[in-house]
Amino acid sequence: MIQLILKRVALGILTLLLVSALIFAGTQLLPGDVASAILGQNATPQSLAALRQDLGLDLPAWQRYLTWLHGFVTGDLGMSLANRQPVADLLWPRFGNTMALAAYAAIVSVPIAVLLGLAAAVRRGGMFDRGINIVALAFVSLPEYFLGLLLILFLSVQFNLLPSLADTYSGMNFGDWLRATTLPALTLVLVTVAQMMRMTRTAVLSVMDQAYVETAFLKGLRTKRVVLRHALPNAAAPIVNVVAFNIAYLITGVVLVEAIFNYNGLGRFMVDAVAKRDLPLVQAAAMVFGAAYVILNSVADIAAIALNPRLRHPR
Amino acid sequence: MSQNKSSFDLSRRQFIAGAAGLGLTTLASGLIVPSAFAQEATPKRGGVLKLGIGGGSTTDNFDVRVLNDWVPVNQAYMTFNGLVEIDKDNMVQPELFESWEPSADAKEWTFKIRQGVTFHNGKALTAEDILYSLNLHRGEASTSAARSTAGQFTDVVKVSDTEIKIVLDSGNADLPYILSDYHFLIVPEGFEDWTKPIGTGPFVLESYEPGVRARFTRNESYWKPNTAWVDAVEVIVINDIAARTNAMMSGQVHAINQLDFKTVDLLKRNPNLEVVQSAGGQHFTFLMDCTQSVYADNNVRMAIKYAIDREQLLTTALRGYGKLGNDHPIPVTDPFYAADLPQRAYDPEKSKFYLKEAGLDALNIELSASDAAFSGAVDAAAIFQGTAAASGITLSIKREPSDGYWSNVWMKAPFSMGYWGGRPTADQMLTIAYSSTSAQNDTHWKNEAFDAKLIEARALLDNAKRKEIYAELQQMISDDGGAMIPMFGDYLDAVSTKLGGVTTHPMFNFMGARLAEKVWLEA
Amino acid sequence: MTSKLKAIPISAWLGLTIVTLNLLVFVFGPMLAPYGMNEIVGAPFDPPSSQFWFGLDQNGRDMFSRLLAGAQMSIGVSLAASLISFSIGIPLGFVAALFGGWVDTVLSRIVDTVMCIPVLISALVVLQALGSSVPVLIFTIALLDSTRVFRLARVVAQGISVLEYAETARLRGESLGWLITREILPNALPPLIAEFGMRFCFTFLFVAGLSFLGLGIQPPFADWGGMVKDNQQAILYGLYAPLFPAAAIALLTIGVNLVVDWLLNSGAATQGADR
Repeated sequence: MIQLILKRVALGILTLLLVSALIFAGTQLLPGDVASAILGQNATPQSLAALRQDLGLDLPAWQRYLTWLHGFVTGDLGMSLANRQPVADLLWPRFGNTMALAAYAAIVSVPIAVLLGLAAAVRRGGMFDRGINIVALAFVSLPEYFLGLLLILFLSVQFNLLPSLADTYSGMNFGDWLRATTLPALTLVLVTVAQMMRMTRTAVLSVMDQAYVETAFLKGLRTKRVVLRHALPNAAAPIVNVVAFNIAYLITGVVLVEAIFNYNGLGRFMVDAVAKRDLPLVQAAAMVFGAAYVILNSVADIAAIALNPRLRHPR
Repeated sequence: MSQNKSSFDLSRRQFIAGAAGLGLTTLASGLIVPSAFAQEATPKRGGVLKLGIGGGSTTDNFDVRVLNDWVPVNQAYMTFNGLVEIDKDNMVQPELFESWEPSADAKEWTFKIRQGVTFHNGKALTAEDILYSLNLHRGEASTSAARSTAGQFTDVVKVSDTEIKIVLDSGNADLPYILSDYHFLIVPEGFEDWTKPIGTGPFVLESYEPGVRARFTRNESYWKPNTAWVDAVEVIVINDIAARTNAMMSGQVHAINQLDFKTVDLLKRNPNLEVVQSAGGQHFTFLMDCTQSVYADNNVRMAIKYAIDREQLLTTALRGYGKLGNDHPIPVTDPFYAADLPQRAYDPEKSKFYLKEAGLDALNIELSASDAAFSGAVDAAAIFQGTAAASGITLSIKREPSDGYWSNVWMKAPFSMGYWGGRPTADQMLTIAYSSTSAQNDTHWKNEAFDAKLIEARALLDNAKRKEIYAELQQMISDDGGAMIPMFGDYLDAVSTKLGGVTTHPMFNFMGARLAEKVWLEA
Repeated sequence: MTSKLKAIPISAWLGLTIVTLNLLVFVFGPMLAPYGMNEIVGAPFDPPSSQFWFGLDQNGRDMFSRLLAGAQMSIGVSLAASLISFSIGIPLGFVAALFGGWVDTVLSRIVDTVMCIPVLISALVVLQALGSSVPVLIFTIALLDSTRVFRLARVVAQGISVLEYAETARLRGESLGWLITREILPNALPPLIAEFGMRFCFTFLFVAGLSFLGLGIQPPFADWGGMVKDNQQAILYGLYAPLFPAAAIALLTIGVNLVVDWLLNSGAATQGADR
């Protein structure tokens, strides 16, 4: 089992390397020359050439890639072109914000979603299952920004219960922070609960359809007992996968929610950076997102290996 | 206010003497004053003012040379003072310059420096500080956006500890107005760390996250009487207009700038806020780069100018909160407005005629549009697309993202949308956007005759003659320039009814970007 | 046949009806529109009336006509992108599954790598680089989405290709093409169709999201996502305008999902849709 886990970690690292190469290559697609972007209207051919040399832009792409990768591994994310500040100073606080919001949403949504999914699976085809499925479907089908807007309308503008602006700053006390981020978190909770619940239900059901569970039913065991004793241990791995997948979404896919609530997260920051052709920023942010995704997936896989009864007790 | 008033009267007299009774009429007639602000109220001290401002970016800083959007400009006015100030009636008022005296030909101006003013770090304001601050914008190597404006200062010298002199390359009766440019702000001599600004302004920067938020506290030793009422100001950058309006409607901020024209009538129904509508020189532009592709041919430019239905644009995109434009940047409220120039109308036939002159049967062009130019710009582009079709012009709209629009698209795309905030004088407006040497000539239109006449008009003390030349200049831009200017838009802000001291202002949103200094919080 | 029809649950009927209706609007919508897509017929945000069933939008254009016209763009782009992504993903997935070995390894690595970068970010970079036009939009989404299709197709084909009958066919010496079209495809169809529905919904919401960021379908073309964005302010003043396009989006995705649910319940499980 240790071997399997090590193998999975190695695979994760390899994937990250490939991701870095893809990001580097991809950002080279963005039009516009970095040197002329910096110099703007004051550019002369001489100053351009000098700056290009200064920035190492005259080197072949693979050399620049290696320099960049080396910097990234050692924690040097480079300088932002537009801001003339170290990328790290700009990026990490926003990444922290993104993680905080993701954590808020995940802490609320994961238990609810898994429980609802289990409950729906247990009562497959029943009123509860059907009802909750329709509700979940409605939430999955609404664009998230529209959901956010409805929440603002009712909770913020109409009844003034919560702020529509996720205005956070360093040194804020926790209570204020919770209040400020509740609406965006709630939007994300609604979207991910619906999603996760549906996926959990599917995962549990597919386990329940397997032969040995059928056998357990045939032996006359009660549904609850079958689910808890037989189906759940085997469904654990897929459920962990579902959860990891949704947390990855909470970290990497919330640009629109950040935009609606004016939340200072990494997603919105990255969109700005793309618009400004600020390559070091785009690369660093994409790398952070990629790493988050790879790490979450690896963790989920390792958890699956650890949770799998058959792998735990090798034949 | 009395102290201020008397010095104003003095300077005004002197100004008039120098400018030979220039007679700049006020813009007050163009202003609509919301009822709640008409009555006098007693100012109150204290409270934290929260402002939701659109027009900020993570690249913002306090470098007075590069201020280019609403958030940095508003924040700069909280931190720094100018040399002069434009009041709500579009009149120049003393600020760090206490009074001034021009020579008879308006070429040499002597300014008295206000005494007893200190910077946030306790240092007293001196003539050297002012020289340093002005010199930031001078010389070929300067990175200042006001470089071309400052280019007319051939010399800036210290006369005594309390006086400095500005020598111009040619006479300019409007110099005090020119000094109101928001780039001409005063920092201590040798100051360079723009992330930790030190000024003489009403508020001191406490914390700063560019493009996100900033917090200022009151400068307890601020020199200007009857200002800086609130204890602290929090600026929250909200670029998205929907998010900005939501924040206002849910009462999270006390004021927001740049309202959505489309929903302003609906917003007005909210009893907790007031809409402040100020007419001024703000105008919206469709910019053709006169050096690029088909736009180098004036026939094409004329064809495009006749292909837009201005009336429809004004009523639809601006909901009537503005005035028709005549392809030049001078508003009807300006004393030098060319009233005799016939209003250009929507005329597909004329448009076709000009296309034919250009040797074209049809025209396929792409317009770069973004709501960064103004709220509703993309809709305006779509309306233009509809009316242009009748002239055989096929317009495709390239919707650009708001972020990065000014650095990536403006002045770079062959056909793009933009806007100009008004300037206090016609000369300034014409110089900054249309003179050949201006760094912000956003149509790259170069016309030697125009440049020469512009300089000629600048030094003239004969008002009638001056008006004649300015009319000519407006016509040149209208008939030859690269900017199609279909409309002027009013400045629209929303402020909480809890705010006192709010007035309209002909220069920019938020009372000439000085709202924080002037307002107070009721109870 | 009747017995089979009876087996279709009511929710699936509902879903099928919605999907059919949308397809009809997709094909005939623009012909039915009473007004032009860009025709200004009244004051902005006029409420629904007998003349304008869904009221007017932010520019005073008929919401109903724009919804009909927008169907073509919104559904068309998503449909095209999904079709292309399937025609890239399925063959590659099948090939990877059947050949195994290095072919599988290389393809899977590439796909895993692309999937690690959030779709929105990849799309942003490409759309910024090439400019957002309808073909670019379709191909970008299709290419990014094909990675998901590839994964599923590969898993499904792997499952089937080891089954006895496929094994037998291979032993009989049947060609690869025969194997794919005759043995694998028919068996893989139900989960793939279900996935198609989900990918379509995802793409549909994704394009709406891009419109929200200003990088989706460009005006003057109406698309439902863009219409929600352009009219969103009105809802805060108690106006209905943005509800119509939002409801249209929700209705279609719910319809497709209902059909998908039904297909899934009667076939193999598949991975859930990700947004």
